[in-house]
Amino acid sequence: MAATDSLQTSRPGDAGAGADGGSRPPVALVVVAAVLAAVLLVPLGYVVSVVVDVGWGTLEPLIFRPRVGELLVNTVLLVVLGVPLTVLLGVGGAWLVERTTLPARRFWAVVLVAPLAIPAFVSSYGWASAVPSIHGLSGGLLVSVLAYYPLVYLPAMAAIRGLDPALEESARSLGLGSWAVFGRVVLPQLRLAVLGGGLIVALHLLAEYGAFAFIRFDTFTTAIVVQYQSTFAGPAAGALGVVLSALCLTLLVAEAGARGRARYARVGSGVARAAVPQRLGVLTPLVLLALTALGVAAVAVPLASVVRWLGRGGWGGAWSQPELPQALTQTVLLAGGGAVTAVLVALPLAWLTARHPGPLARLLEGTSYVAASLPAIIVALALVTVTLRILPGLYQTAFTVVLAYVMIFLPRAVVPLRSGIAQAPVALEEMARSLGYPPIVARLRVTLPLLVPSIAAGAALVGLGAANELTATLLLAPTGTRTLATQFWSQASAIDYPAAAPYALLLILLSVPAVALMFAQSRRRGAR
Amino acid sequence: MTRRRSTAAFAAGLTAVALGLTACSADGDEDPVAAASDDALVVYNAQHEQLTEEWADAFTAETGIEVVLRNGNDAELGNQLVQEGEESRGDVFLTENSPAMSLVENAGLLAPVDQATLDQVPEQYRPASGLWTGIAARSTVFVYNPDELPEAELPASIMDLADPAWKDRWGAAPGGADFQAIVSAILELEGPDATRQWLDAMEENVTVYQNNIATMKAVNAGEVPGGVIYHYYWFRDQDGTRENSGNTELHYFGNQDPGAFVSVSGGGVLASSENQEQAQQFLAFLTGTTGQEILGTGYSMEYPVASGVPANPALPALDSLQAPAVDPSRLNSVDVTDLMTDAGLL
Repeated sequence: MAATDSLQTSRPGDAGAGADGGSRPPVALVVVAAVLAAVLLVPLGYVVSVVVDVGWGTLEPLIFRPRVGELLVNTVLLVVLGVPLTVLLGVGGAWLVERTTLPARRFWAVVLVAPLAIPAFVSSYGWASAVPSIHGLSGGLLVSVLAYYPLVYLPAMAAIRGLDPALEESARSLGLGSWAVFGRVVLPQLRLAVLGGGLIVALHLLAEYGAFAFIRFDTFTTAIVVQYQSTFAGPAAGALGVVLSALCLTLLVAEAGARGRARYARVGSGVARAAVPQRLGVLTPLVLLALTALGVAAVAVPLASVVRWLGRGGWGGAWSQPELPQALTQTVLLAGGGAVTAVLVALPLAWLTARHPGPLARLLEGTSYVAASLPAIIVALALVTVTLRILPGLYQTAFTVVLAYVMIFLPRAVVPLRSGIAQAPVALEEMARSLGYPPIVARLRVTLPLLVPSIAAGAALVGLGAANELTATLLLAPTGTRTLATQFWSQASAIDYPAAAPYALLLILLSVPAVALMFAQSRRRGAR
Repeated sequence: MTRRRSTAAFAAGLTAVALGLTACSADGDEDPVAAASDDALVVYNAQHEQLTEEWADAFTAETGIEVVLRNGNDAELGNQLVQEGEESRGDVFLTENSPAMSLVENAGLLAPVDQATLDQVPEQYRPASGLWTGIAARSTVFVYNPDELPEAELPASIMDLADPAWKDRWGAAPGGADFQAIVSAILELEGPDATRQWLDAMEENVTVYQNNIATMKAVNAGEVPGGVIYHYYWFRDQDGTRENSGNTELHYFGNQDPGAFVSVSGGGVLASSENQEQAQQFLAFLTGTTGQEILGTGYSMEYPVASGVPANPALPALDSLQAPAVDPSRLNSVDVTDLMTDAGLL
């Protein structure tokens, strides 16, 4: 999912990059990009074909039944309550660490992003083993809000760092108090960050399986998995998938509509001054207490559970499971394959949008976002169906798993690549060409080296997303394949908590570099 | 900002190196992930992974034939085999319950089991068709927490759990193949109308858990007074730490009640398999003395059904359970999932 909207970076002095923007793109590039976009649309095509194939007559009773109503209520409540809570924590946290006299701001800045390194289903396992009675909507909200609020916190932090305090000072000079300034001047400027982060949180909530299945909270995604386990890719699973996909696309459209057309950038010469931190004064102990509670709930509880079960299993016993090295190797191979492929697919799409913007480029890029907004379970159902019926040679192969990872995580590669390409001055390439290099060589020798950091960032984010992926991997993995996530899941659902603990720890450790990267990029983006 | 930028670049660089290394090995034409060699026996395994691994290891030690498992649930793998049809890469299908086996049998995908193998298994534990055989058995039980539910209030029949008095007082895992097999027995014994009514009432009354262990754990913790599960989860936990069953007891419905249903785990050879001989050999091994003794003495606590091998002494004898007579090949999984979908349980 597009968990990386916060990654657009801009450096001073790069204005004017992509100066040949709008020029007619090479035909070959358009063809390649169009073919890739068509492949990305397979899951959406699957959803449409379920409606056409199965027929409305069969589908209608499967959709309009009380169970679907229950799932709809659960899922909608989850999003309606969960997203505002993540926005509250995310924006509140970002404001505290960026704009107040909070003691040890840097420390808290890191603590607030840390939950992102704990996959939601690991966090759920931690909570369920610490408080076994946790379940239902309240449990689902607790676990998912704690796991996902950093997805709002990061873009909010970047946006706050980029604000020009002059606007706030003007408001204050016109007589507004501190809180009014925050509400009427700061918040509106965070609109894009809040909407973008909120959308990503909402899509994650719709797609999450493991975290909710673990604590007995039924959403569309968990119900589809249960239907799949009972009937394979049958019509009832398809019917639930149609409703779930409709929910995702609705959110996507709603977010695009709510963005508005206001201007958020600072114009004018000079550099924005550093903001004067808001004094917390007597509130300081309260705020510290609240942040500590948040850190305990989001990080310490899951980690403590993992460590406790590791101890229970015996440091020797838990780590000596024969499946462990195999799961680690296969996870790295599959996630690495997904990362490399995603970058290769993202390159033409990003190149087209950065160097040849226009309606065609926007259409193709939009396609990749629509495709990635569909939950992993839909992507998996689509690929199971397509490979079985049309391409049996690809059924249950590593290729199909990698393809699923690309479909699910592509925006994580497109976003950094697009800004990387936009920042690579075309003039350098032109100079190389004027010195006699053919265009392709100029591109490879001049522009490609400039893209290495973006490629690395994109690959890292896709690879680490893929390493934590559970739902699609469960359905698509070749016979005999175990990943850290599927092994963790099979041990944890058999309530063998000690055996699951080493996998949980490895999943967390694998996530740390990606989170560090996202954190660093958000901080850099804000500092102008 | 330089320091931070270099940290980010370092993190990105490290990851890129790691991914680059793996990409080199992943880019080859061969499937880097499939663990199996081409001539290994592929078992679509819906039985407990640990049990089938014990079986497979012993089989490989005896015959030198390598075995790989594709693990999943009964209905998932059964439906998958039906969709795969002739394209399937599976050689053997093992289930926890018979309905999924019947599903594959009805799709015409099973090869007849060797007569010598069938001869090892008493008739009541295999279908008359001879297209698959029972390999193990498990009994339905009602696990309860005596602190929450005194013995006098125990249900006499599983059908009683539809009573409004049982609202929020029992748990089960309707998403699992085990419970769906129990429902298929109710369907066979009580007919579609009674089953539909029972499922509707169940939807009102039941607390849904992810699986049998989670149900038992909840009963143990007093979250719900009782639950419908299979016997061996309880006996395994009792044999081990007792962590998830220490506060609970088992109630056997007996009396030929649908709730006393004994479910037969099945094994069959896929007709499309190119390893017919080895696949038949595997089934002969499972139902032979060595395979059945793994059930009787190993971790599994399921009932052996063949070659006269006795069950683990901790278990009540299989013929003392007063199970209803149900022909395993008549249990229908499709009707059950449809009925349960209608009732809103799926």
